[in-house]
Parts: sequence; C-alpha cells; structure tokens
Amino acid sequence: MSHLQVENLSIAFGGVHAIEDLSFDIQAATIHSIIGPNGAGKTTLFNLITGLYRPSAGRIRFEEEDVTGKPPHLLAARGMSRTFQNLQIFFRMTALENVMVGRHLQEPKNPVAHVLRLPSLRRSETACRERARELLDFVGLSAYAADSAGSMPYGALKRLEIARALAAEPKMLLLDEPAAGCNPAETREIDDLIQKIAERGVTVVLVEHDMHLVMNISNHILVLDYGRKLAEGTAAEVRANPEVIAAYLGAQGQEEFDRARG
Amino acid sequence: MLARLKGPRRGGLLVLALVIALLPLVLPNRFYFDVAILIGINAIAVVGLNLLIGYAGQISLGHAGFYGIGAYAVAVLPAELGIPSWLAFLIGVAFVALLAFVVGRPILRLKGHYLAVATLGMGILIFMVVTNESQWTGGPDGMPVARLTLFGFRVSGVQTWYWITGAALLLGVWFALNLIDSPSGRALRALHDSEVAAQVAGIDVASYKLFAFVVSAIYACVAGSISAFYTGFVTPDGAGFLHSIEMVSMVVLGGMASTFGGIVGAALLTALPQFLTVFQEYEHALLGLVIMLCMIFLRRGILPSLAAVLLRGAGQGGRA
Ligand SMILES: Nc1ncnc2c1ncn2[C@@H]1O[C@H](COP(=O)(O)OP(=O)(O)OP(=O)(O)O)[C@@H](O)[C@H]1O
Ligand SMILES: [Mg+2]
Repeated sequence: MSHLQVENLSIAFGGVHAIEDLSFDIQAATIHSIIGPNGAGKTTLFNLITGLYRPSAGRIRFEEEDVTGKPPHLLAARGMSRTFQNLQIFFRMTALENVMVGRHLQEPKNPVAHVLRLPSLRRSETACRERARELLDFVGLSAYAADSAGSMPYGALKRLEIARALAAEPKMLLLDEPAAGCNPAETREIDDLIQKIAERGVTVVLVEHDMHLVMNISNHILVLDYGRKLAEGTAAEVRANPEVIAAYLGAQGQEEFDRARG
Repeated sequence: MLARLKGPRRGGLLVLALVIALLPLVLPNRFYFDVAILIGINAIAVVGLNLLIGYAGQISLGHAGFYGIGAYAVAVLPAELGIPSWLAFLIGVAFVALLAFVVGRPILRLKGHYLAVATLGMGILIFMVVTNESQWTGGPDGMPVARLTLFGFRVSGVQTWYWITGAALLLGVWFALNLIDSPSGRALRALHDSEVAAQVAGIDVASYKLFAFVVSAIYACVAGSISAFYTGFVTPDGAGFLHSIEMVSMVVLGGMASTFGGIVGAALLTALPQFLTVFQEYEHALLGLVIMLCMIFLRRGILPSLAAVLLRGAGQGGRA
C-alpha cells in the first residue's frame, strides 16, 4: 500500500527552488531514506509533508487522501510524527514531560477536567506517565526522566525527540538526521532504534548523511539534488547509478559507498 | 504521604493555606488587613496572568482592562439595571470570557512586541470606554458599588473580605496548579518553548494560546470584582495602563512560570509602596530601585532564583 504520495511538489524561497516538481511514493511499513548534499531540500521536503510549509504547486496524499495544505496538528492527528534536524526540545520541561507532550493527541481534552483534576484525569495522567516512561526506556533515557531537558547532552536530546515522536503512536515517522553529531556508538544505537521502530510496522522516512546507516537499513532510497529527484530505488540500485556517483557523491563518495557495501 | 506533600501542587498549596489562615493572628490592625486583602486581590490576577505570560509565553499589557470590566460589572449592573450583585459578578465573568475569546483570536496571531502593543491597545480601549461612558460609570470620578448580599446576608467587614479573598486565591491557585500539570498545561508550556514541535505533536497552538488568554482574563475579572465589592468604589484607574504594567511586573518580579512566585511578586509590589511612604518623596524612587536590584540579582524572579539557590545547597533540582 502506498502510505504517502507526493505529486509534482514545488516550493521556492525568493529565487531558490528548494523543491521543484518532485514526485515519489512511500510504501507503508518500509524504511524510506532521502539523501542528498547540503541544501538539496530534504528538510524543506519534511516541512512540506508535515504541513509546516505550504507548497506553491503539487499535491500530497496521505493514506490515499489529499492532505495538501493541512495544518501540522491535523496531520499529526492522522498519524504523522517527526523529529527535527535542529533540535526542537521543550527545554523548560523535564525529559518525561517532553514525551508526555508527545502523547497530547491520546489524552482527554476537556479543560474543565484539567482544571478540577477530576479522578478520570488522574487515571489518564498516571497511564500517560507510565507510557512515557516506557518510551524513555525504549530509547535508553530512563536515567534522565526527571531531569530538565535543558540540562541534557546533545546525543540524549536526539533520542528524546524520537521518544516524543513515538509517543504519538504514529503510523509514519519522519526522522531528520537523527544521528547527526552523534559519535559512532550513539549512531549504532540510533540505527538499532530505527530498525526496531520499523519492525513495529511504522513507516520510517529517514534523512541521514551517514551512508553506512542509510545503505544498511533502507528499503528504498530517494536521492535529491537542488530540489529535484536525481535517482531512486533500492540501496544497490542507487549505489550503481552513475549519475548519483557523479553528481552527488563524486570519487570520494564512491569509496564511501564501497565501504558501506563491504 | 510526605512525598506527595512535597510536590509543588500539594506542598505549596498547604503552605499558602497556612499563611492565609495564620496571618490574621499577627496582623495588628485594620490597615494591615487592608494591605493583605489588596495583596490577595492582585495575587489572583497575577496567578492568572502567569498562566499566559510565564507558562504559555504570550505577553499581555492589557489585562487591567479585564480587571476593570470585572469591577464595573458589579458596580454598574446593580446600580443601573437592578441586577443582584452576585449575578452581576457572573455576567461580568461571562462577558470577559466572551470578549477575550473574540479579541484574542486575531490578536494572538501576533508575537512578541507586536502582541504587546496590540494588547496594550485593547486595554486602552476598555479604559476609554469606562472613562467616557460617564452616564453609566461616573466617568473619571468613578462610582460607588452596592454591597454584596448573599442569601439575604450583607457581606461586609474587613475580616469577612479577608477570608473571601483568601479562599478565592486558594481556589485560583489550586485551579492553576491543576491546569499546569495537565495535558492543557503541558501544551501551553510546550508551545512556549517550540511552536513547531508543539504543532507536530498535534497541539492546535492557536486554540491553546486563546485558551490561556481567556482563562487569564477571567482571573483578572474576578480580582476586579472582588476589589470593587471590598472597597465599595470603582474608578477607571483599575482598568488603566499602569495597572496592566503593575500586574506584568508582579509576574516577572516574582517569577515567570512560578505560580507561587507570582504571589510573592504581588505581595512585594503591593506592600512595598504602602510601607515606603515613610520615605516620602523618595518613595517611588526606592520602589524603582528595589525592582531594578531584584531583576539584576534575581533574574529569573524572586522565588525561582531563591529556590534554585536553596536547592543547590540541598543538592537536588526541583520546580518552584
Ligand atoms: N525558510 C526558508 N527560507 C528561505 N530559504 C530556505 C528556507 N528553508 C530552506 N531554504 C533554502 O532551501 C534550500 C534547501 O534547504 P534544506 O534545509 O531543505 O536543505 P537540506 O537538504 O535539509 O540540507 P542539509 O543537509 O544541510 O540539512 C537551501 O538553499 C535553503 O537555504
Ligand atoms: Mg536538512
């Protein structure tokens, strides 16, 4: 089943065509990677898909329904969740509370119950806290639960974003460079984490510069360059594509690809 | 049990209840009761305003307008339309909630300085209406307020109003603490730190800002009504720009995103001018100096800064 369809999508900032006439499909329950050099438009594409930007042309279909121009919170309610390349953490809240915010859509909405702290709310809060703890445990951050997010190290915050995104119980999870700035050990942990998430049936859309990670875990890879599609296919297909090697990876990239394969 | 009391919700509430209950034992005379009541009234408004400014991160320089409407509702409606005072109070609250909802929708799209100026305009507008509609409001001179009667009893006397104000403050603090620690409160705190992350988590940012605006307006309105009932007189000053600034100063001075800090700020800025009068013409200069020194040395606000110092001594983190 096609989980997400992008058709002739375009957006420009001033003179920069950040995304231009881009079309592709993402199959459900796969790991779909988007790669490309700096400034290729990967983050912009995420912002378009999650509703933070409105495209100047083109359509986005989520689960066969047209969701072009829908605001982010409604897309979240449909099962879309994401992390950010430049951390977007709730720094004045604890790690646990950050994850609890991720569960916003699952929690009761009645403000009267919130203000009066009715027994029903107390029960749902206990459950919410419990679930958030499990997720912190899942990403290996239990030790930080009560700490202010503002005091946590960078690598931990990258995983905190993943836990918060998972808290929404998304059907599709978009990860924007989850391993950027992490050391090799942390990168391996995140690699494991992504595979575990995909095994649960969540469609993972991954933007990542770490070729080793991308080549190992992706079912499908889309290569962007200057906002356009340069190539797409399986890891083997993309690796063998001469255009990709020439335009994006160069001689040095070839070495990296070979290492990733070996 | 002890652990549950240590949390900010129960522990802080208990301390506040004790302070309110025991304070009358040490207040020597009517003047001190009067100051205590004024502190309580300001504290109610400030606890609400802290939800908007401290927690949701949205500024308002116009909340005195809502305070003024609360005050004039219980003054004008009984006097002009013969509506019972308690009903006038409820009508005032309902009207303020509606007004905040209608005005807040377009205004809260603005951010930072733009939002500050827009709310400032709103406050001034309310002040002008109250001042100019003199056939109803008595104009700049103000008007007397009929005594509140409940179940056939006339509510009067400084002691009675002390307990009413204290109870209202406790209730207001309890509501605020509940809210802060609920999904709505987390949504407000989240959008303060990152609107995009909040949106992506499914939070309708515009609606939650509006929610905080309406709730804080209701707090200000209730404070205004209590003040009018207690003093028996209303003037446009309560709705004025300076009063809005005072309320914001109380929030910032006491501690943004600290409910009890806001109360400390209200206490300080209400009481200090009363006791600085001994310095005569230097009164205002000294008040300004105290505010400046507090902000320089206790940047995060009095209570959060002191709490941080104390907790560092005790070797553990926490929230005030
Ligand atoms: N909000 C914006 N305003 C103006 N220009 C933008 C904006 N967002 C992106 N751009 C531009 O669009 C282009 C694509 O940027 P984008 O951040 O999507 O690239 P990227 O592929 O994510 O790069 P990186 O690998 O460095 O993260 C860049 O030229 C960038 O400067
Ligand atoms: Mg990017």
